Amino acid sequence: MSVVAAPGAMAPRESRLVPRLLIGAAVALSMIFVVVPMAFIFSRAFAAGWQAFSQNILSPDTLHAIYLTMLVAVIVVPLNIAFGIAAAWVVARFSFPGRKTLLTLIEIPFSISPIIAGICYLLLYGRQGLLGPYLLANDVQILFALPGIVLVTMFVTSPFVMREVLPLMQAQGSEQEQAALTLGASGWQVFRRVTLPNIRWALLYGAILCGARAIGEFGGVSVVSGNIRGQTNTLPLQIDLLFHDLNVAGSFAAATTLTLLALVVLIGKTIMESRRA
Amino acid sequence: MTSASLPASAKRSKRVLPGFGLTMGVTLTYLGVIVLLPVIALVLKGAEIGPARFWAIATAPRTLAALQLTLTAAAMATVFNAIYGVLMAWVLVRYNFPGRRLLDALVDIPFALPTAVAGLALSALFAANGWYGAILEPMGIQVVFTIWGVAAAMAFTSIPFVIRTVQPVLEDLDPQYEEAARTLGAHPFTIFRRVVFPAIFPALLVGITLSFARSLGEFGAVIFIAGNLPFKTEIASLLAVIRLEEYDYNGAAVIALTLLIIALVLLAISNILQARALRYRGKTG
Amino acid sequence: MKSRIFAAAIALSLAGPVLAQDKILNVSYDVARELFEAINPEFAAKWKADTGRDVTIDQSHGGSSKQARSILEGLGADVVTFNQVTDIDVLADGGLVDPNWRDAFGNNASPYYSLPAFLVRKDNPKGIEDWDDLVAEGVQVVFPNPKTSGNARYTYLAAYAYALDANAGDQAKAQEFVKALFANVPVFDQGGRASTVTFAEKGIGDVLITFEAETGGIAKEYADQGFVRVTPSLSLYSEFPVAIVAENAKKAGSEEVSKAYLDFLYAPEGQKILAAHFYRVHDEAAKAEFAANFPEVKLVNVDDVFGGWDQIRTEHFAEGAILDQVFVNQ
Repeated sequence: MSVVAAPGAMAPRESRLVPRLLIGAAVALSMIFVVVPMAFIFSRAFAAGWQAFSQNILSPDTLHAIYLTMLVAVIVVPLNIAFGIAAAWVVARFSFPGRKTLLTLIEIPFSISPIIAGICYLLLYGRQGLLGPYLLANDVQILFALPGIVLVTMFVTSPFVMREVLPLMQAQGSEQEQAALTLGASGWQVFRRVTLPNIRWALLYGAILCGARAIGEFGGVSVVSGNIRGQTNTLPLQIDLLFHDLNVAGSFAAATTLTLLALVVLIGKTIMESRRA
Repeated sequence: MTSASLPASAKRSKRVLPGFGLTMGVTLTYLGVIVLLPVIALVLKGAEIGPARFWAIATAPRTLAALQLTLTAAAMATVFNAIYGVLMAWVLVRYNFPGRRLLDALVDIPFALPTAVAGLALSALFAANGWYGAILEPMGIQVVFTIWGVAAAMAFTSIPFVIRTVQPVLEDLDPQYEEAARTLGAHPFTIFRRVVFPAIFPALLVGITLSFARSLGEFGAVIFIAGNLPFKTEIASLLAVIRLEEYDYNGAAVIALTLLIIALVLLAISNILQARALRYRGKTG
Repeated sequence: MKSRIFAAAIALSLAGPVLAQDKILNVSYDVARELFEAINPEFAAKWKADTGRDVTIDQSHGGSSKQARSILEGLGADVVTFNQVTDIDVLADGGLVDPNWRDAFGNNASPYYSLPAFLVRKDNPKGIEDWDDLVAEGVQVVFPNPKTSGNARYTYLAAYAYALDANAGDQAKAQEFVKALFANVPVFDQGGRASTVTFAEKGIGDVLITFEAETGGIAKEYADQGFVRVTPSLSLYSEFPVAIVAENAKKAGSEEVSKAYLDFLYAPEGQKILAAHFYRVHDEAAKAEFAANFPEVKLVNVDDVFGGWDQIRTEHFAEGAILDQVFVNQ
């Protein structure tokens, strides 16, 4: 491996041994901890051959899990985008008492275990929970059905878009928007013509991260899913289920779909970064 | 995911811009329904228990053991990530080598990969008959079902934090200070210790706090590899789930609340550190 | 455009009941996955033949206690097929199941039974034949966490019952024995199936203790690994109680099909499938046909040895009771 100094970064005098050692260590650790686990998933999934793999992927329960997972992501991501833009706008463009508190509250889900989110929802919507009796009387099913899964996923992913959009909105300031207003544009026009184009890459990036998290959510959803086969199992839960069905190849096959999605997310993100730069 | 936050110079107008009512309404409604209401349900449950009983559950030997394991393993994972993170950030920013961009992209895999998938892969890799386990076990190193396994799972899921917070700071760091030090004959390690490290330290601290917070909350990856042995490899969030399964709602609520409080404290620390880091950067840059 | 979609949706939902097929959700214990996969299509065929209606049976599997809690929280189970009487009692306490549920079906509402038994590695290298061999130095035993798994609670009670029998009823010695047994367990998984995965897939432990039905199924599933089933000299009669979750079934209008479903487990066809899956049954024909699956064993039951489930709950499983003491001091 040839080591080329980045312009201005390295003095030519320094020995080349240290950089090589450091690069070697970084690459080796990344191989061990990131690349090999991913490669391992594919190797296990295809261990029994292509046919077994496609059979596992096309089993009705796994297909339904893929469908459900996508459905949850399709519901959660747009809502999260709306919330993220609104929250970033209000925090970046206005000063009001409690602004810092609001920011902290928005970040709560990011730093607590999704399991706790699940438990919170159980205590709220469960039959014995705060709103349980009311829901029961009105025959509304939230837990162990799609609404519960969607709500918990919304909880877990709520800060993602906001976190990406806010720094950009703050950095750009509001001069352009003010100018547009002075020229007589309506609020909505300002948003569409000025604000949105400015934040679009950060927005897309946040949406991608939010989607990845929504698709991969396990702990919180496992508490509120009820694990009904072919009904309320999302893909991560299906992986767990297949693993305990002693169908390890099937479990890894289902895992490859998520791994592939993760790779797509990465590629999307890399493209986005080069556009932003 | 960067941890960038409010530049102190952010310009805010006094409600000249439209949409305050609408966006504030959307924000508060979403936040209230999705996040606050469920958290309030938890807090109410905790209040119902009463302080004496709360304290008794929170300090029961098994709860303490689980909290201790969670904190210790998270600390181990964070130490690893701090070293690996600084190394990666340094290598990615300062050296140009074939495959650098690929390596840079790989860093984000742990965020994109569902944690349950990560746990499945890690537990199979480190099992006695797995690729890593087959090498490590004959050497007498057992990873699965030990604290090392818990730490490995936590480390994996929080790999990107330190790298992604330190990287931008290193990129902004003017190499002329290092040049100057080098011209004055300083040893490369001394340069790193005296010039580079102080500059990246605030960002490193932020990365460490984020990594630690994430490790504390990790569940999916850990339960696959931990073996969940009470008093030995049982993490706090799993104990909360086990308490639920034993119909012990109070126990579950107390553990969940304790974790919530720890998370809030960490969040506060992280915010203070971020503010300091920004002030520091404001001074040097 | 929108209104047309809306109209179509309404039409569909109105048409629903006409085309409706029967639908039940069977919430069950962890290791029953393969069993109900075999039973459900047979029942559906019979239901179709008897009534001309189609039936879909949804399944949910997990630790018995976790499942019961989910139902208490609103999981819409029509029937439960558990491995622990106490977990249905909890539902009865919660008002979801008829308090007299044990009289609703034959054999105390337990259509089949099993017992904790052993599965050892090929050629039984550690020579494990009975409970005594499990506490020997260097023997690794795998079974799930008795705090969360009904399966493991039976294992704990069976070991305890064996030690009582061997030591003429000496409680202290029995507790010592169980403590020694727990000390040999390298990992406590949350459910029965997770322990099976630990033993069979991850290659951990010398012996797996789980229901005889599971040891039979696993030995068959992993035939290439040559696992050997071992039946101890004495074990515990493990009931597999069933019940209709009356409140849910009434709401869903599924009482009739739910009852038929559980009755099917008692019918000769059902009993045959059960016996083929290594569950012990009461039907004579099924018993005779699968006699080879079921070695002789002395079975004791919970009421005789421990004075019933209520007493077990307070003496053994309550916070700080015997289980906690032997579990802690490992």
